[in-house]
Amino acid sequence: MNFAPSPVLTLTLPPWRSRLLLAVFAGGFAFLIGRAVYLQGLHNDFLQAKGESRYSRVLEIPANRGRISDRNGEPIAISTPVKSIWAAPDEVHMDKQQVARLASLLELSPREIQKRLKDARGEFVFLKRQVSPETAARVAELRIPGLSESREYRRYYPLGDVMAHVLGFTGADDVGQEGVELAFQEQLAGKPGSRRVIKDRLGQIVEDVESIRAAQNGRDLALALDSRIQNVAFTQLKSAVLRHRARAGAIVVMDVNTGEILALANVPTYNPNNRSRLSGAQLRNRAVTDTFEPGSTLKPFTIALALESGRVRPDTVIATGSGSLTIGPATIHDAHAERALTVAQVIQKSSNVGAAKIALSLTAQSMWEMFEHVGFGAPPGLDFPGEASGKLRPYRTWRTIEQATMSYGHGISVSLVQLIRAYSIFARDGELVPLSLLKVDAPPVVRRVVSAQTARMVRAMLELAVQRGGTAPRAQIAGYRVAGKTGTAHKQEDGHYATDKYVSSFVGFAPASRPRLAIAVMIDEPTGEYYGGKVAAPVFAEVMASALRILDVAPDAPIKPIELPDESDEIKESV
Amino acid sequence: MLRVTLILLAVLVACALGLITSQHKARKLFAELETEQERTRALDVEYGQLQLEASTWSTQSRIERIASQRLRMRHPAPSGVQMVEPPKNEP
Repeated sequence: MNFAPSPVLTLTLPPWRSRLLLAVFAGGFAFLIGRAVYLQGLHNDFLQAKGESRYSRVLEIPANRGRISDRNGEPIAISTPVKSIWAAPDEVHMDKQQVARLASLLELSPREIQKRLKDARGEFVFLKRQVSPETAARVAELRIPGLSESREYRRYYPLGDVMAHVLGFTGADDVGQEGVELAFQEQLAGKPGSRRVIKDRLGQIVEDVESIRAAQNGRDLALALDSRIQNVAFTQLKSAVLRHRARAGAIVVMDVNTGEILALANVPTYNPNNRSRLSGAQLRNRAVTDTFEPGSTLKPFTIALALESGRVRPDTVIATGSGSLTIGPATIHDAHAERALTVAQVIQKSSNVGAAKIALSLTAQSMWEMFEHVGFGAPPGLDFPGEASGKLRPYRTWRTIEQATMSYGHGISVSLVQLIRAYSIFARDGELVPLSLLKVDAPPVVRRVVSAQTARMVRAMLELAVQRGGTAPRAQIAGYRVAGKTGTAHKQEDGHYATDKYVSSFVGFAPASRPRLAIAVMIDEPTGEYYGGKVAAPVFAEVMASALRILDVAPDAPIKPIELPDESDEIKESV
Repeated sequence: MLRVTLILLAVLVACALGLITSQHKARKLFAELETEQERTRALDVEYGQLQLEASTWSTQSRIERIASQRLRMRHPAPSGVQMVEPPKNEP
């Protein structure tokens, strides 16, 4: 056998070729190992993040804004989720028919939708905010690409315009903008949280990885308001403003024992659920943010000061000079001229001359201190946005005539809540009570301003004022003893008193034997009748009667028909 | 020696299967928990909406309107009310 030697077998390769191959492979391995170390050990964040994004999701945990309820737990402001429809303009493709259907669902015109999409800058435009979840679901059924929805909250106010001014409202982002919603924004606002979870292929959450931030629901708020009394107060005020064709009106009901505000209403008002057409006049919470010259409702404070100083007693006779008193160039007039009045009658008949004479027997400083102690010239401490302090000038700048006019409420301005708070010294035996918009559990911290004896004496005078022979017989209520004082003041306009524009007011409390409720009513620019006793006092009587019944307050007077004087012998108040 | 290895292998496999099953069960239960929590939230929202509705139906003005117009009710005259003092020894 001769094996033909194959030339291939005899071929000898140069040894460098195998070494080269080995080196190339070794180099390749080294590179791979290096890369692996780099990716897995040194620089692994990027890939890990990429991997996690396949299964891990950060979810937002929504938080509710706190509910607001009245003192009996009746809800008066509730947030509920709604949807907002937004679009990415570049990705939206829809035909005419779809536009028309979308427009009808969103209650917009088709042109409006097209315009919004065209005008949008960037990748995001709201088509409509705060639509109901049902509408949002029907929009989703249209399956229009580029259209998305997001969850938002909307606040509802079941009582509507009745409580509008106290509650205020929230904006589109559920942030308080007015009233209690703004004042207590911190407590009410919820803090949304977030958490990281693992989701499976079907989008179901299979594991909770970590809680990044716990969601915190807003705190619920219980207001001092009683929605039953609020409703009566609002209805009566509204009808009085309509009846007297007045520009505006306000009413405050206060619990004398606790200082809680049980009702606070203003007219004109608005519906907080639908604020598309709002004017500044409607928005104003006049009882808190507006001040006015109160007129005769301020007389009792001067009288109380004079009684406290021991200078006069209720039966001291003051010569009222047949209804006029000249101080320098000015003369003060009484509508109801009398030669002489007792101190009690000064209140009962609301005599300007009498009040001025008593005021001039006191020092300016002591009068200023009295006004200051009952809270005039300082914010009433409700923590309400925009609460007014009123104007109380320092006593050193007072002229004699000013000291005289201030005794009957001119040259000084107060808000209605300041006025009702100040009256708590007569209703509470001399103590000033702090006001509260929130429900109060602990007894309030009060400050004594005058002695209990003085307060009782003034109370007796205020009782005379609402009886026959006083300025406000229309404030009487069957079955209860009532105490109160009317006020009628010319309105100031551009630094002058307008002769034909008045502010009529009434402040009072009941039952006079053991006061429980105080009510202050203010009617701005009534036309026709303008005396506080005729315009404001009837509102007081109606609301007080209902409120006492609602709170089951026992009557303290025998029930007999209310006697109203004839038109001719009615006591006219001095303006 | 071989027998021990085989037994250990069997134990290992059993453990592994057990782990898989329990993990699966845990995930299922978790998904269920999630669903229930979602339901809680939805019910909470509904509760709020129902409260809102109840509150709207029971506004004082509506009650008063129905009472006075449909049911012909009215407030008693003050003379028609008899006040009764509660007995002293009871709250």
